[in-house]
Amino acid sequence: MIDFELTKKDQEILDEIRRQALVAREHARYYDENEHEFPPDKLPEADDFPHAHGLFAGREEGKDTSVGIMSMLLAAGETWGDYSVRMRRGSGGLGNAALRAAGTPEQQAKWGDMTLAMAITEPGCGSDPSKVQMTAVLDGDEWVLNGEKIFVTTGCRAGGVIVWATIDKSAGRAGIKSFLVEKETPGFIVAHKEKKLGIRADDTAAYVFQDCRIPRENLLGLNEEIPKASSGGFRGVMKTFNMTRPGVAAIGLGISQAALDFTRDQLAEAGIEIEYGASLQGQSAVVDKFCRLEALQEASMLTVMRAAWLAGEGKINNDEASICKAKGGSAVREITQGCIDILGPMGVSREHLLEKWFRDVRITDIYEGTGQIQRMIIARSLFDYTRAELN
Amino acid sequence: MISFGPTEEQELVRDTLREFANEEIRKPARECDEASEIPTAFLDKVWEMGLTTTQIPAEYGGGGEARSPIMNAIALEELAYGDVTLAAAALAPSLSAMTILDHGTDEQKKTYLPAYCGDKWVAGSLALVEPSPAFDALNLRTLAEPKGDNFTLTGTKTFVPFGDRADHFIVVARNAQDGFAGLEAFIVPRDAKGLRISENEKNMGLRGLATSRLELEKVEVSAANRLGGEKGIDGRRLINSSRVATGAALVGLSRAVLEYVVPYAKEREAFDQAIAQKQAIAFMCADMKIEVESMRWLVWKAASQLEQSLDATRSAHHAHIYTTDHAVTIADNGIQVLGGHGFIREHPVEMWYRNAQSLAVLEGTFAL
Ligand SMILES: Cc1cc2nc3c(=O)[nH]c(=O)nc-3n(C[C@H](O)[C@H](O)[C@H](O)COP(=O)(O)OP(=O)(O)OC[C@H]3O[C@@H](n4cnc5c(N)ncnc54)[C@H](O)[C@@H]3O)c2cc1C
Repeated sequence: MIDFELTKKDQEILDEIRRQALVAREHARYYDENEHEFPPDKLPEADDFPHAHGLFAGREEGKDTSVGIMSMLLAAGETWGDYSVRMRRGSGGLGNAALRAAGTPEQQAKWGDMTLAMAITEPGCGSDPSKVQMTAVLDGDEWVLNGEKIFVTTGCRAGGVIVWATIDKSAGRAGIKSFLVEKETPGFIVAHKEKKLGIRADDTAAYVFQDCRIPRENLLGLNEEIPKASSGGFRGVMKTFNMTRPGVAAIGLGISQAALDFTRDQLAEAGIEIEYGASLQGQSAVVDKFCRLEALQEASMLTVMRAAWLAGEGKINNDEASICKAKGGSAVREITQGCIDILGPMGVSREHLLEKWFRDVRITDIYEGTGQIQRMIIARSLFDYTRAELN
Repeated sequence: MISFGPTEEQELVRDTLREFANEEIRKPARECDEASEIPTAFLDKVWEMGLTTTQIPAEYGGGGEARSPIMNAIALEELAYGDVTLAAAALAPSLSAMTILDHGTDEQKKTYLPAYCGDKWVAGSLALVEPSPAFDALNLRTLAEPKGDNFTLTGTKTFVPFGDRADHFIVVARNAQDGFAGLEAFIVPRDAKGLRISENEKNMGLRGLATSRLELEKVEVSAANRLGGEKGIDGRRLINSSRVATGAALVGLSRAVLEYVVPYAKEREAFDQAIAQKQAIAFMCADMKIEVESMRWLVWKAASQLEQSLDATRSAHHAHIYTTDHAVTIADNGIQVLGGHGFIREHPVEMWYRNAQSLAVLEGTFAL
């Protein structure tokens, strides 16, 4: 049955997450201004609050909102507090999703508990990962890795990383494989932490691999063959994105929701209440603008929930994952920009967090496939085009 | 519990109407637009699907099924996907029937609903929008003033569907209060003293739909015809339903544009490639797809709140401003994808553009 209301229990969980997120927000400015420091894994206040995962346990599927949709709402609830600072930092990285999607059972057992970063992007290629230059050459029972990776999320904290490297440049996309490299492996150098516009407390690292030797069984999925025409192996890894893309959109939308809530509060303090129902002409420009930003927020969050709902129903959600990523990526920019426009100088003052949210949220439309790349995926599906026909 | 899953029955209705829209609605649409007229035979054919009647209780002669804004939103999307003007005309009976059903007294239901349970289409009509600039549904200029036990109505209404043939109009007016509480509705027979009905209006969009201007000059209405009797109407529900319905229709219109331009762009070549292979065009189409989905979920959310009798004011407002904005953009880009051909009346995109922009400023054209 079509329904958009949260059950009482789901609402309580979400409220608790937000209560904790608000505490994290107290620390947000500090880590934004002290980029070289890492926020702690656990905030000093953490012992006073229940563990979020405990709240979520034991839910009855079929009676409550699906785990997929709830995890999106919870992700947004957390970033509503702050993007990087959390009451308790989760242990998984993007690489963990790849391990779950493509690793053998032994590999999953061995590295499942380790925080794993994911390093695809290189100085010379981002949107087009088929141009990865990093090489992996088999030498006896070891792979020898050489190359550079940049913009690696959780690159400093992670215990290991999944890197994309080519085992045969002439094979193009088909020659690209994923390898797991543990930190402290000789020849694996964390070169530096990037300095960024926003999400400054997030550790985004640059890596260098110089004759870095890893065991042969660190090839994710253990398939050394180079598939012929098809891009089967590649696709396997790309499948990772079907829940991470909605997740990225949700994370961005948590921040834009914070911006909207702040703006509403400030307007209320200035005696401007948001009222719904009057026609366009019956509203002040400010109220109308706010309502439009809010509608955009709602619409975007609904596309995220839609993608998560499909996944929960066991249905294919490739298009929807890209739709919500594209939608969320542009929406969060428009919303935070719009909130600043509404509030004026207060919006750009570092005394408030709105300017930080405006900076933080900008990443949403870039990583995990830019807005353009998402639109290309959507368009290919609409026109039934191959990569060669639309690129 | 959040779910995007329609029931089997809703899926069945959707699929049936989608086929009907493709086969029966799309074709006559252009001709009706050009002639500014919709053949009664067409209206009777849609009527056979029982869209209005099924949700009228059996005691008044209807199908007795549950009143379902969600079902109606799904149905409306499909009909409007066929053609939004024909959808408005075919569902005009709901403007009277559903409004009386939701807000009327038992006596009013008994008097008016059986007329909408026959085997032929009967005109229904709601008079909400007004011709003055800066129209605001919460600040109507048509006033309802008490006069003894009765009321007098004074004001002007425009874009009133089927002014040429409706047997009565549901006229929305303002009482002495503000906001939603200020909304009143009256059942005004077409021969009421002081009511002047204009010739058919000449409109840019929705041209097939006959509309009139109503001039109400101290029209006296008996207390029995005050919708909802002494307690009046639920103004929120009336306005919210109308807006969500407009949103649902605009989702259908937008999807029609998307599905029309996709094969066209794949077929049409320029600079040795299909224009769909150019990102400027491909991304425009991708954005249409993104927005059709976004619009639909906003409409569903508001409709599901109406279905559950929750306060849908905020969601309906969101759905309305969002769908009106985006439908116009989508129709606008629909023309752009076709280039000069989009400007010519041989293709439907220019008609959809006129229709989208018209609906974007109208309310009360649809009921849910
Ligand atoms: C903070 C941060 C964290 C990140 N985390 C990670 C991570 O953990 N792991 C990882 O591997 N990467 C990560 N990235 C990298 C990110 O995924 C890439 O930056 C992104 O994919 C874009 O690649 P690029 O920067 O090389 O831009 P480019 O590929 O050079 O693109 C530049 C512009 O061209 C556009 N463009 C490119 N190709 C096309 C096309 N075919 N059609 C139309 N437009 C096109 C793009 O949309 C963009 O606007 C991160 C980046 C940042 C900033």
